[in-house]
Parts: sequence; structure tokens; C-alpha cells
Amino acid sequence: MFARSALVARGSATSQVGRIQLRFFSHLPMSIPIKLPNGLEYEQPTGLFINNRFVPSKQKKTFEVINPSTEEEICHVYEGREDDVADAVNAADVAFNNGSWSNIDPLQRGNALYKLAQLIEKDKDVIASIETLDNGKAISSAKGDVELVINYLKSAAGFADKIDGRMIDTGSTHFSYTKREPLGVCGQIIPWNFPLLMWAWKIAPALVTGNTVVLKTAESTPLSALYVSKYIPQAGIPPGVVNIVSGFGKIVGEAISTHPKVKKIAFTGSTATGKHIYQTAAASLKKATLELGGKSPNIVFADADVKHAVENIILGIYYNSGEVCCAGSRVYVEQSAYDELIKQFKVASEAVKVGDPFDENTFQGAQTSQNQLNKILSYVEIGKDEGATLITGGERIGDKGYFVKPTVFGDVKEDMRIVKEEIFGPVVTVTKFKSLDEVVEMANDSEYGLAAGIHTLNINTALKVADRLKAGTVWINTYNDFHHSVPFGGFNASGLGREMGAETLENYTQVKAVRAKLV
Amino acid sequence: MLSRATIAQFTSRRLLRLYSHVPLRVPITLPNGSTYEQPTGLFINGEFIPSKQRKTFEVINPSTEEEITHVYEAREDDVDIAVAAAKRAFEGGWSTADPEFRARALFKLADLVEQHAETLAAIESLDNGKSLLCSRGDVALVSKYLRSCGGWTDKIYGNVIDTGKDHFAYSLREPIGVCGQIIPWNFPLLMWSWKIGPALATGNTVVLKPAEATPLSALYASTLCQEAGIPAGVVNIVSGFGRIVGERLCNHPDVKKIAFTGSTNTGRHIMKTAADSIKKITLELGGKSPNIVFADADLEKAVKSIAFGIFFNSGEVCCAGSRIYVQDSVYEEVLEKLKEYTETLSVGDPFDENTFQGAQTSQMQMEKILKYVQIGTDEGARVVSGGERKGERGYFIKPTIFADVDENMQIVKDEIFGPIVTVSKFSTVDEVIAKANDSVYGLAAGIHTKDVNKAIDVSNRIKAGTIWINTYNAFHQNVPFGGFGQSGIGSEMGAAALDNYTQVKSIRMSIDKAQY
Repeated sequence: MFARSALVARGSATSQVGRIQLRFFSHLPMSIPIKLPNGLEYEQPTGLFINNRFVPSKQKKTFEVINPSTEEEICHVYEGREDDVADAVNAADVAFNNGSWSNIDPLQRGNALYKLAQLIEKDKDVIASIETLDNGKAISSAKGDVELVINYLKSAAGFADKIDGRMIDTGSTHFSYTKREPLGVCGQIIPWNFPLLMWAWKIAPALVTGNTVVLKTAESTPLSALYVSKYIPQAGIPPGVVNIVSGFGKIVGEAISTHPKVKKIAFTGSTATGKHIYQTAAASLKKATLELGGKSPNIVFADADVKHAVENIILGIYYNSGEVCCAGSRVYVEQSAYDELIKQFKVASEAVKVGDPFDENTFQGAQTSQNQLNKILSYVEIGKDEGATLITGGERIGDKGYFVKPTVFGDVKEDMRIVKEEIFGPVVTVTKFKSLDEVVEMANDSEYGLAAGIHTLNINTALKVADRLKAGTVWINTYNDFHHSVPFGGFNASGLGREMGAETLENYTQVKAVRAKLV
Repeated sequence: MLSRATIAQFTSRRLLRLYSHVPLRVPITLPNGSTYEQPTGLFINGEFIPSKQRKTFEVINPSTEEEITHVYEAREDDVDIAVAAAKRAFEGGWSTADPEFRARALFKLADLVEQHAETLAAIESLDNGKSLLCSRGDVALVSKYLRSCGGWTDKIYGNVIDTGKDHFAYSLREPIGVCGQIIPWNFPLLMWSWKIGPALATGNTVVLKPAEATPLSALYASTLCQEAGIPAGVVNIVSGFGRIVGERLCNHPDVKKIAFTGSTNTGRHIMKTAADSIKKITLELGGKSPNIVFADADLEKAVKSIAFGIFFNSGEVCCAGSRIYVQDSVYEEVLEKLKEYTETLSVGDPFDENTFQGAQTSQMQMEKILKYVQIGTDEGARVVSGGERKGERGYFIKPTIFADVDENMQIVKDEIFGPIVTVSKFSTVDEVIAKANDSVYGLAAGIHTKDVNKAIDVSNRIKAGTIWINTYNAFHQNVPFGGFGQSGIGSEMGAAALDNYTQVKSIRMSIDKAQY
């Protein structure tokens, strides 16, 4: 129906019709030149990446990618559907079973991954710029992401030949050992807040352990994963080992989660979607790793260095425009330090430079989508209606681009929605506390358990509180301080499994126990 | 027409079920003449108590089809009380004590199981129908495993992670909290130990539901938990039915982890339910495990091993070697020897010291097995041995061998969970691997060969969590056990089990030398 009206439309068609036409009968080239706001130019692949080649989607549908800083279209990319997922899974299944990846000397997998890291390193300026263009994050954040990507790929590469089993002594009548074997085809679904970093966290541990991958990027940020896909064959990774299917969760995500040949699902995103994926995975008993939402407490004790603490709270909540699952979105301050901290925090929040993400001095860029902007602003209204005091921010900046002022709410109550629910933006609540027991209780009173921050100079306070907090990551006198060797993942409704470090390898291997009787 | 006596009996059973005054302990005389006290209550917060609604259900002896006793039946309200007790115990010091405290409790529990081994084995045979020979083996594994878990308590290490001198980073492996555990009826006490052992060693607390067909041994063992000094609320046992008790455990917000052993269908349902609150899960599910005999194997030994693989525990074993594949040049010979050996296995009274195979655990299970015998016959498979019930009282089935089967027959594809095995022919290694792996399951596999290259190559290529070479069903407490494919998620026993009961906390601290 749409298609017909699009066909009827002539050259003078409105842009709306033009868009519809593009979406349904695309003759989109397989790559298009893009000029970045900082003057760099590059070729953006638009196809799906299957079997080491860029291909149009079967139905030749495409979707548009928006620059959240300008609200303008960057380009279209091809949209995967069930049939494309089937192709990608078959490619990954063939690659897994033909042994070209899963059965080779693990050092070769390590070498390929290391080579991939080097190729990305050589091209890191363009890659960071793509991330900023597509996601809206400040170029300084994007550069940080790419550094983490490079470091993580190299670190993962080093794990390839260290996936050991054990010899198990069960007496001299038997010979027993375990192996850690790959699972097979892994379906991976990543979010839009750290497009390339999440790509790295997902593909690297899967690849080093000998699995193959079908990865769905977020529909709002497909560009960086497609761009770096060109380095996959160059790094010596065989066809079918990494497949990228751009598209939408309800179609591509669902097809991946229900596909019988997909043996594992790794997902990063919201808790609600995570529950759905976990339930879907249950139908065929797929293994699942989930990195979900959070509402992480960031605690400042009176003996902390207030200036440092404020810097960490700023980094904890405004970094990446607050679109961070482990954002320190609930700040708790010991009452004797409260007034001084609020004063400094307000000043510091107002000094955060928000705006054009390509400006090297910008700290906070745009929110990634109109949806997200609307959601954040609706929570500001909710906070006001609930009676919280708006200390600073609380509104959009300008009317072009999805920019939001760093926002602080004081005088909050623990049962307010702005304290309970994940907002995923530069909005923070500040609560006063009296005692260690009280703050531990408030901090733990959440369905989530992703991260937490503690600011104190007292070693007993630091270690005791770290022990008692129910969270997968605890930062002491720092925040959002990721390191590729330190595992990351949630307690409770924040998820299952861990990423990075040695722990992530457990999520991509299964134990085979072999016991031989000696005769 | 029903006799008055029958009506009276029926009415009293109904009455009993609805308005029970079952004492909290009943004396039971075992077929071997000895008597013991069987607890009947739920075990919550260190005490045996009646269920809130005072409902009970009957426990049947599958060898005689007679009632052994009634036990109290838990409902949602009882589960809630048990979970609250477990939560209090978790927060009350069990999880934060010096691990040595947990070690001592588990060592003591292992000792007590050993001291009560004969009673426990007899209860198991009475309730499950398995031969005393099997029960004694189970109980021996239980005490070994509990002792092994005691040894793990103080070896749950985190890592110190070097991230440069400006930071101090470490990880801890912390307990998860209240664990809901749901166990099957084929190895009641062994599954109890596989569940509570690693959960307790790592500082969790437990609400465990035994199978409704076999609640007795876990209740008896609860008295040993008391005696071992395990604090109240750390282990709670709620006898009852899956749809009520199991369901409540899976949807209770304070239960942070579900561990389940049972059928793949129920496992799938449990995973879906657990997903709603993102509970961690461990699932040990069904299997249809291949047991492969190559021509170069020691055939005498191989035949005993494949028979043990399928007829052990009356075939009610999730990893039973229920698909035998024999290389073509020795097919007829193996089939002949297997038939001969199988027919020497003594089936019957589990309390007879010479019995190898006891009763199936329930009427339902017996009927399911017999239905599969019919299906196999209808599908055109040849019955080489067995294929029928033995006697009319007690759920006994003759060890059954089907030969000349087709790979797509239902008896080759479906888990039967009884003493029924199919035998197929193969010619090459590649062929048998393709057949062995052509299953939704991936729990275990057996390989019989003298050739070291073949043994290792085939074990590498088979998709299964446990591979036995020149042996079968040879469990060991240090060797992890768990499934590939739809046979499950996570491993039990060995070091691997501990991963399923801990969660990683990473701590990263910034070091600022200007601050001191």
C-alpha cells in the first residue's frame, strides 16, 4: 500500500514520500562517502556484513540514521529481517563447524584479534568521529571509547591460548580432565550508548574462545560496527566468524533469540528487554549473558576530599551524557558534608560544557535520540511533580539537537520515581544520610545492582561498605573507571554473567569432562 | 461395587489429606527389619513443622505399591515462610562467617551421613525403589561430595587485578543469597547433596523442594543438618508439588537463584519464570546419551559397561547411555553378548542383596516406559530382550533391548527414562559422530576403544558435557557434570559448581598519594 503510493509519486514528491520509497525499494549503494564535521572523510558501508562481505538485505529495505546533534539524516543503511538473520546464522554455523576458526591453534585466533586491534588503532580518529556523529557523544568520550576498544581487543587476544581445562586426580585407575569448549553460534545484541565498545565487549571474548557471532547493532547507531567490519577479513578472521545484521529488536533481535542454531545470547540493554530475551532464550535453553539497567548509588562520606568527590560525581553522572547503565545516578552525601558538597556540585554541574560533540572542549554531547530526550525531560517533570527541588538544569538546550542541561535534584525521598527508576540521562538525585548503616540500606534498596561508588579516606569505611553493597562493580574514590582486566556485570535485575577480565570467558565456554578408565 | 472397607479407606485418605493430624515423626519398619523415625513435617528454620494448611500427601513404595506414610505438603504460604527464614539466615551471619565455620558444618554433615549410611540407603530403596546396591553407592557419593564441598569453603578466591599503580583493584566471589532448589526423584539424596553442598560451601542459604514421589531421605537428612550445627534457616526443605511449591520458588522475589534437575520441558518453564526477575539459574535436564563401541574395544568389558550405562538405577538416569552404537564388524557379536549379559541381571525386590535393578519409581513412569516399548515395536524395531513388565505388583520392568532401529524413530530420539536401550550399527567414525550429535540433548556420551587417537578425537568432537571412555556412569565428586545443548545450563560438582553459586564483585579504588 505504501509501496504503491511511493511508486505513483513523481520526481516532485515530498521528502516524506522519497523516504518511504527509499525504505521499500532501495538502490542504496553498498558504501557512501561521508564528510565528518571535523573535516575527515570516509566511506561508510551500508550493507549487512555476512560471510566477510557487505551485502544488501534480502528485501532491500533500509532505514535512516540520524545525527542526534543536528537531527539531520546521516545516511541510510540496509535493514536486516528474519531471512537475513537466517543467512547470517547459517554463515556463522558453517564457520563454526568447518573448523576454520574453532579448531585452529588458539594462538592464530589471538593473532587475528590483535591484528584487528592494530587496524582499529591506525584508524582511530575516523572511528571516534563516526561514534560522535552517530551517537552524539562528545569526541573526548568517543576517543576514550576507542582506546578502551583497542586495549580490550588486545587483552582478549592474549586470552586465546590461555583457555585451560584441568587435570583432575580421581585416583590411578582413571584419567580425568576437563576442557573448556566454545558454545557455537552466539547471538549478540548491543545498545546505542557505547556502540563500538559494546561490539568489542561482545565479539572479543566470543572469538578468542572459538565461537562465531551474529551481532545486531542498535538501530540508532549502526555505523561504527559496519565501518570496522572492513577490518575483519584484513585481520585474517575467516568468513562467517563475525556477522553484523543492522536492524530492529522486534525483528532481528527476536529472530536471533529464537533461532535454533544460536546457542547463546548476549544482550546489553534495558531490564525489560532483557527479561523478554531471557524468556525467549528459555524456549531452546540457550545460555544467556545479560547486562541490564542500573540505578547506581554514589556515596560521599564526610571525610572524603570534597573536590575529588565532586569531580567523580560529575564523571559518574554526566559522562557520556548520562547514557551509561552504571551511571552514578543516586548520590548519597553524609549530612555534615551535604551543604558544602551541594554548593560545589551545583557550580561544577553548571560549568559542564554541553554542546557540539565535535568541539574538543565539550564534555557532554547530545542524547542519542528524540525518544531518549523526551524520556529524560518527562522524568524532570516527574521529579518536580513529586516535590523534589530542582537545584540546577532541568531543561533542553536549544531546539536543534538533543541536548539536555546537567540536572540535579535535591530533597528527594527514597520512594520517588526519580530515585527508583533508571532515567538514562544527565539527571541525578542527591540524598542526605546520617550513618553508614543507613546509607548501605538506602543504597541496596533497589531492584538493580550494577555499580556503586564510595568516597572516603578511611580504609575501614571503604572496605566495609564495598563488602556490604550489592553491586557487581564498586569504585572507591573514582567512578566510571573501567579497565579491560576488571570484570563488569550486575547483581540482581542488573544482569547475568560478567564482561571483560577472565570471568567473561566463562560465559563463552562450556565445560566438557572426560573420564577414561585405564585397563 | 465398592466394599465398605474400601470406601472407608478412601474416605479416610481424603480426610487425612485435608485435615491431617499426622504426627511430626512416624516410626517406619524397613523391609530389612530395622525401624527408624521418619520426620513428616516441613523443615523450616531448623524445625520440623506441619504445613500451614495441614495438608499431607501419601508416599508410595514402588516395589509394593503400598503406602509408606504421609508427609506434610507445602503450599505457597509455607514457601514464603521458608524463604523468609532463609533470607534471615543469609543476613544473619552464615554468609559472612569465617569460611571455616561452614567447612566444619559440612564435614560434620558428611560424617553423619556416613554414620547413618545404612538407614539412608534403606530409605532411598524404600521410597525410590532402587536396589540397595544402587542406594549404597548413592549414599557413599553423598558423603564424599559433602566432604569435598567442606574443603571448598575456604578456597573461594577472588583475584587481585593489576591495573597499574594508580589503582588498587580486586574481585570477590560473593554468595548470591537465597537459592531455590528443585530436585528429582531418581537420586533423591544425591541430588540433595549436589544442590546444598556447593550452595552452602559458598555461603548461600537454601529452600529445597524434593520430588513429591521421594521426599523421605531429604527429610531424614534434615535431622542430620540440625545435628551438624548448620544454623537454623540455612537449609529448608519444603515437600510438595512442582506446580505449587516449585512455581512459588521460581517467582518469589527474595529467591535470587534457581537450581533445577529434571525434565527439559520443566526446565524451560523454570527458565522462563526465572527470567521475570532475572534470577540466576542452573539446569540439569534430560538426555539421550550415545554409548559407542568401536570394533577394537575389549568387548567383554564394553558389554558390561554399556549394560551398566542403561540399566543402572533402573534406567532412571538423566545421562543413561540409551543409544548404543556398535561398529558393524562386531555388531552381531556385541548384540548377542549384551542380550546374554542383560538376561543375567537380577530384577526385583530392591532389598534383596543380589538385586541389580529395582522398581521404577512410580506408576506413571512405568506406564510411560511401557508405552515407549509399544511405540518401538510399532515403529518396527526388533525386541532382542525384555519388553514387558515383570510381575503384577511393584513397578518392575525387564531390561529391554531394541535392535535394528532407525535414527529417526521416536525410541531413538526421545528420553524414555527407563531400562530401554536402542542398538544401532555404524561403519565409520564420521558416521557415528554425526549420529551421536544428532540430538537436542548433550549430557553425556560413552566411547569404548583401545585406540588413544580415536578416544581423544571422538571425545573432542562429541557435543556432550561428560564423556566416559571405557567406562560409563562413573561419577566422581571432583569431575564436573552438566549439559551441552538442551541438556542444561551450568555444571555441578568439581570446581565448576562453585561458579554457579557465586557472583563476582569487582572493586577498583583510585590511589591518591597526595591524601596522606
